[in-house]
Amino acid sequence: MNIVNFTPITALSGGLLIGLSVALFFILNGRMIGISGIASNFLISKDNRIENFLFLFGLMLGPLIYNQITVREINISISSSLMLLIIGGVLVGFGTKLSSGCTSGHGISGISRFSLRSIIATVTFMIVGILIVLITGIL
Amino acid sequence: MNKIVSLLCGIIFGIGLVISEMINPEKVLGFLNIFRDWDPSLAFVMIGALIVSTPVFHLFKNKNKPLFSSNFSIPDKTEIDKKLIIGSVFFGAGWGLIGLCPGPAITSIALLNMSSAIFVASMFIGFYIAAKVN
Repeated sequence: MNIVNFTPITALSGGLLIGLSVALFFILNGRMIGISGIASNFLISKDNRIENFLFLFGLMLGPLIYNQITVREINISISSSLMLLIIGGVLVGFGTKLSSGCTSGHGISGISRFSLRSIIATVTFMIVGILIVLITGIL
Repeated sequence: MNKIVSLLCGIIFGIGLVISEMINPEKVLGFLNIFRDWDPSLAFVMIGALIVSTPVFHLFKNKNKPLFSSNFSIPDKTEIDKKLIIGSVFFGAGWGLIGLCPGPAITSIALLNMSSAIFVASMFIGFYIAAKVN
């Protein structure tokens, strides 16, 4: 194993902001952030629909505001084929809905609460993700 | 107030994803590539988030109510069931294939990234299928 592309300072700073967002949403609105939950509830449930929409809209405003205040370019590099994007998207949507959480809902909010469910979910999706990357790297 | 908080928290979260570069699937796949060329950044993003959210959660969870809402709504499921494990396996598979999870995927649509848009549309189909199956 070699360590490559490691950016600890920006990773930690961005992480602090994400933590701040989770903390504020809890203190002020009383809910724990989970993005798959917010997105799937926006699609499926009438409860808090406007709040859920505004949160998702805010997410998308994030990079646009960032672009206004800095000249650093935002890099997004996706090389997956159309077919793979569709398969990956459906897997992520189906999986996070079934397990009630994703990287934010289980990985951050759930672990903040010391929820055993979320710890198990996070370890599971990380191990599977690592295995998939290992396998696709060999193929 | 609830609505303003939702928008504001979305913005802060989105900027956090941009600064930490988690919006870039290459960084996420680099983290999952633990056996070859490993980029540990994602672990630092989680540590950064948890050192803020964990103490705040435990300080406020026993308060009567949040500032702008009538009650706290905290997930109460504790059962480790098949759905949790199977769902996490499916999610991990999709995450490892593309390097996108729901937050970065939705956030990157704003940059008019066609691949993210296709991914998010498929993800919503996935939500819908899971809701129907249940």
